[in-house]
Amino acid sequence: MEQVQPTPRNHSRLVVKLLLLVAGAFLFAFALVPLYNVLCEVTGFNGKTSAGFASGGLKTELAPAPASRVDTGRLIRIEFTGTVMPGLPWEMRPLKVSMDVHPGELQQISYLVRNTANRAITGQAVPSVTPGQAAQHFEKIECFCFDQQTLAAGEAQEMPLAFIVSPEVGRDITHITLSYAFFSIEGQRQTLSATAEAR
Amino acid sequence: MNTATTANGHADPHGEGHYSGPLRWLTTTNHKDIGTMYLTFSLIMFFVGGAMILAVRAELFSPGLQLMQPEFFNQLIGVHALVMIFAALMPAATGFANWMLPLMIGAPDMALPRLNNWGFWLLPPAALLLTMPFFLALFGIGDGALATGWTFYAPLSVQGGMGVDFAILAVHILGISSIMGSINVIVTIFNMRAPGMTLMKMPLFAWGWLITAFLLLATLPVLAGAVTMLLTDRHFGTQFFDAAGGGDPILFQHLFWFFGHPEVYILLLPVWGLMPHVLATFSRKPTYGYKAQVYSFIVIGVLSLVVWAHHFFTAGLPVPALIYFMFSTMAISIPLAVLFFCWIATMWKGAMTFETPMLFAVGFIVLFGIAGLTGLILADVAADAQYHHSYFVVAHFHYALFAGGIMGVMTGVYYWLPKWTGHMYSEKLGKLHFWLTVVSFNLTFMPQFFLGLAGMPRRIPDYALQFAEFNAISTVGAMILGFSQLLFAWNIWSCIRGGEKAEPRVWEGAEGLEWELSSPPPHHSWEIQPVIK
Ligand code: HEM
Ligand SMILES: [Cu+2]
Repeated sequence: MEQVQPTPRNHSRLVVKLLLLVAGAFLFAFALVPLYNVLCEVTGFNGKTSAGFASGGLKTELAPAPASRVDTGRLIRIEFTGTVMPGLPWEMRPLKVSMDVHPGELQQISYLVRNTANRAITGQAVPSVTPGQAAQHFEKIECFCFDQQTLAAGEAQEMPLAFIVSPEVGRDITHITLSYAFFSIEGQRQTLSATAEAR
Repeated sequence: MNTATTANGHADPHGEGHYSGPLRWLTTTNHKDIGTMYLTFSLIMFFVGGAMILAVRAELFSPGLQLMQPEFFNQLIGVHALVMIFAALMPAATGFANWMLPLMIGAPDMALPRLNNWGFWLLPPAALLLTMPFFLALFGIGDGALATGWTFYAPLSVQGGMGVDFAILAVHILGISSIMGSINVIVTIFNMRAPGMTLMKMPLFAWGWLITAFLLLATLPVLAGAVTMLLTDRHFGTQFFDAAGGGDPILFQHLFWFFGHPEVYILLLPVWGLMPHVLATFSRKPTYGYKAQVYSFIVIGVLSLVVWAHHFFTAGLPVPALIYFMFSTMAISIPLAVLFFCWIATMWKGAMTFETPMLFAVGFIVLFGIAGLTGLILADVAADAQYHHSYFVVAHFHYALFAGGIMGVMTGVYYWLPKWTGHMYSEKLGKLHFWLTVVSFNLTFMPQFFLGLAGMPRRIPDYALQFAEFNAISTVGAMILGFSQLLFAWNIWSCIRGGEKAEPRVWEGAEGLEWELSSPPPHHSWEIQPVIK
């Protein structure tokens, strides 16, 4: 077999390129966080509704749809639920469990929320819409979930919500469920680490 | 024949001999030494991970809780999986790469020898970190190891005890080690091939490893990112995976499986690269479909990056996403089928003999085929709703990872052991090991398909009475499987110690540069490179 002396090669250029690939992949993981949220918001995947829940949601400046857009030809049943997450000593329930609405119609409903503890607490509600295909057509005009809510000791409040189901919603959608999960804001970290330590 | 026998640590006649004994191993930059260390580490961790899961199988022998509390059970399964994947299978593949790549492509060593040394020596501390919480718990420190399963799903992993932190740290270190190893492989393959060896003349083993290395570089950093977010969620008040703060636990599943699915191909591509060499050798025929196999490797590598969500079809994904992930997953079976076809065609009408490596290779083809077929069943969204998180999945991925991964590695070990040590292993013991392994492997995992179909969930230490018989069978199988592996270790050990001298071309039909060298090869080989025509 023919044989030759190996030619010395400088590897550093290739190594640097490969390290850039690694750094890019690492950054990609973090870029996925906002990308994921944008994707869910645009498409309604994951039941994220079209209005951002943080203050000043995307759709707040939208005027209510003109009456001409109301599609009186069909009715959609909207069901409301709410859950209070562990660590928040509150109770919540919708004033109505369900209502029938025409697509395009502006509607209102309130949740009754009560603080059962003897101190003021701040919470944040996170909405979710099922089925996912309906989420992007469920437009919240006004919602207590846009802001953090503070309840004084023992206080009860009716928290309002105004919404429109857009007429573009698919014909196959006959029921939509809107559910809220209320989370404690300041207690959250402590309760988690407290449970971790308690075990 | 050369006097330097690296495998049993004799003195080194050429340079590098600054140290002897342990310091030599700590400082070595020789690819053969490092390969030996990787393989030894892998074998040890294989037994560590195996012991953990035998305890689990013992608990599952009969319904009810006999041996352990559910918390400890959960810790054992999660750490078992991490040890097997990161500390047994991956280091075995890296050990192969270190030992064989330079020999097969005619290079004097790996391109970055110092990095190579570091890559290995990160492993033992990482393995220690992973298992240490078990021991700390004995002294009343913490509440044991990671108890979330190997997948670290939030929010459980956000709330878990300090075992999670240890595991996160261990995964970081293991990841850095693998990234170093991959960079080394890529640079070696791109820059150090013998003159005349174009990429399309390169041995398939090198091709398989090249794709693995690129997949590792593209996906391991994403896992590192995900567990870093987990760490900051746990300790620094971020809320990546916490719905209260606008985060999302499903996001973690996306990040994890963006790494996790390619990982299964990372584990297997080196084995798929090695198979055609073994099949061609013992069929005494050239490899069938070299190009088809190379393209299949590439296609599988690319596709593996875009199918991840099939691991959580039941998490509430929207229908269009379900359909996309179902079809893209099923599409992977096409290049995989091409590989199966090439393997079988290589054997077709060959003058076959069945030495131990060939037995393992044929066993691999049959059993890994079952893994692929059951994977297709799981990829069906409608069916997966029933099978997800059941023992069916456990059986599926053990056909993929034990029969496909571990048995593939054993194929390689028997095939190359005479080259490494210069001695023949005991063929009788090897064959006994093979038959005990296949029979007990099927005894262990075949019943788990039926348990899963009947509704037994995975990761639960207790089960309903109707599952008792099949679980008892599975446990008996697992015990035989576990203890048969001692034969493997014994066979390797005796082969290192001595035995019939091996020829340079150990196997009659073997082709390739590695067989032009003596067995064992000199400590420094291909310092004068061969020229490929
Ligand atoms: C045609 C090939 C394959 C297909 C279509 C396939 C499909 C799937 C699907 C859909 C799942 C998720 C099941 C569930 O959790 O409900 C799954 C799980 C799994 N597969 Fe495969 N698979 C294939 C090959 C492989 C290979 C080659 C490996 C490994 C080398 C592998 C390893 C795994 C593992 C480890 C899991 C379980 C992960 C966990 O939940 O812990 N699969 N497979
Ligand atoms: Cu997968």
